[in-house]
Amino acid sequence: MLNPNLKLNTKLFDTDVEIQPTRKGFGEGLLELGEKNPNVVGLAADLTESTYAHLFAEKFPERFFEVGIGEQNMAAIAAGLAVSGKIPFIASYATFSPGKNWETIRTTCVYNKANVKIAGHHAGVMTGPDGATHQATEDIAITRCWPGIEIHVPCDAIEAKKATIASVNTDLPVYLRYTRDKTPIITTEETPFTVGKMQDFWVTDNPEVTIFATGYMLYYALVAAKELEDEGFPVLVINVATIKPLDEEAIMRFTGHTRAIVTVEDHQVQGGMGSAIAEFLAKTNPLPMEFVGLQNTFAEAGPWKEIIEKYGMGVKSIKDAVKKVAGRKNK
Amino acid sequence: MAEELHDEKLKQLEEKAEQGRELLIQTLLEAGSGHSAGPLDMMDVFIAFYFHILNHDPKNPDWPDRDRLVLSNGHICPVRYVVMAMADYFPLEELKTLRKLNSRLQGHPHRTTLPGLETTSGPLGEGLSQAIGIALAAKLDKKNYYTYVVTGDGELNEGNIWEAMMFAGKIKLNNIIMIVDRNNIQIDGFTEDVMPLEPLRAKFEAFNWHVLEVDAHNIRAFVDKINEAKAIYEKPTVIIAHSIAGKGVDFMEKDFHWHGKPPDKEQAKIALDALRTLQGKIESEHK
Repeated sequence: MLNPNLKLNTKLFDTDVEIQPTRKGFGEGLLELGEKNPNVVGLAADLTESTYAHLFAEKFPERFFEVGIGEQNMAAIAAGLAVSGKIPFIASYATFSPGKNWETIRTTCVYNKANVKIAGHHAGVMTGPDGATHQATEDIAITRCWPGIEIHVPCDAIEAKKATIASVNTDLPVYLRYTRDKTPIITTEETPFTVGKMQDFWVTDNPEVTIFATGYMLYYALVAAKELEDEGFPVLVINVATIKPLDEEAIMRFTGHTRAIVTVEDHQVQGGMGSAIAEFLAKTNPLPMEFVGLQNTFAEAGPWKEIIEKYGMGVKSIKDAVKKVAGRKNK
Repeated sequence: MAEELHDEKLKQLEEKAEQGRELLIQTLLEAGSGHSAGPLDMMDVFIAFYFHILNHDPKNPDWPDRDRLVLSNGHICPVRYVVMAMADYFPLEELKTLRKLNSRLQGHPHRTTLPGLETTSGPLGEGLSQAIGIALAAKLDKKNYYTYVVTGDGELNEGNIWEAMMFAGKIKLNNIIMIVDRNNIQIDGFTEDVMPLEPLRAKFEAFNWHVLEVDAHNIRAFVDKINEAKAIYEKPTVIIAHSIAGKGVDFMEKDFHWHGKPPDKEQAKIALDALRTLQGKIESEHK
């Protein structure tokens, strides 16, 4: 069942569950930060409205900079603002930022310890009809290897707003990953959110497998858990809202009983959230794992929910992975 | 405006530039790797900045109202390190640690390692954008400091530079002054062979910049151009500083092979002798 202690959305499995895009949470969070902190500034590279940065830009035009289609310039200008005491948020699609401007961010923001918040939008195959050029499916891999960065992948619009606001709690760079389409609201305003903490969203008495899910794919994992429970196959589902720093204590705690893992993410399985968990467990407590995500391939244009199914990332694939890893455990 | 550059001060600065070149050769020799040509040819400009133009306090490098000097082509950092040491940011002795383990003098500048550096640089084309960010912060905070940014000329091959030029022109950023070290060389050869930049003035003008040109080795002329740039209100200003690559060491001058290597012991001896005798014009005091 949904963890009653976390005050999650009780209507989550209803057909009329509220849906909102996580990028909207970014826009609302940035707006709230702008009201609270005069040092917060915004930059966009010709994608102001689709990143929801327009909410901030309209309210604080003197603190918003439209740089045109130039993501390297955007990142380095932000670095200059940051070393001068500002807290810049740079908003674009994740394929371009931190994709196209990767080295600029590495040098001028991360190595330079500049307080820049990188908002990567339209992440994952969810960017659907635009095709693989615009589906950022490697952004976690290319940011996770940076020393000192924080990475947040919120599961819904409410958590996205909380993560955006919490990103200013550190003076170091943060990568925030958002998605385009409306997805179910999983949490509520009352759900606790702490940077760097994993939470067990689906709990059960004697779980056989632990599912770690990140971003909106958490909803798919929760649906799979519910169906599995109905089939007499209890699992845990953990929300990985922060990928770096990795909540190693929680990984140990949530796998202590199950001793088998499925990871779920809209990202390449190489280098993503699942890899992060595998890297940790390989040196502490190796467990059988299955990885749901893009399997070393680019996806294609199409309705995103159909892409999810075609590329083996849907509810059925998660359930199959759970049963497969449970079988490996028992050998 | 910087104080007037009277004749006596000018003579002092020119002597410091010669002294700086000697320190530079010794520093590069000790480091055993690094770049020679760019640091030598930007010595007069950096002496002018640290000893006349910049509003700064070496004992308080984080002073919020200081002028900012951004070095975009980070590989010429030996010139900055040498002049910073001469200006008392850190002891001259520390120059011997350049490029060595546990040193604050990284092979390319790392802002958080050495107080007084404004940015981290090395990968080319990123300094102008960072300088724009710093200058924008001055506008937001209603501060009067100037942001200067030194770039290479080969560096202008980078697309990021042109993104930044477009943006500064768009917002008529008038508290930033860019200095291009026009020494005509880059690693693979002469700039006009590798990737032609000319007509460079026309390119900047087309991007809505005010363009000045100067002899990078004439300190008085350079200071005058900085003052002229400050008088331009409606546009960002670039000073194309025409320099002789490897200036001061005759066998290095105008030779692109010296872009990315230090002198060996014998070459350093010849270079130092040349510098100490002003290319044979005077007797060396160090013989």
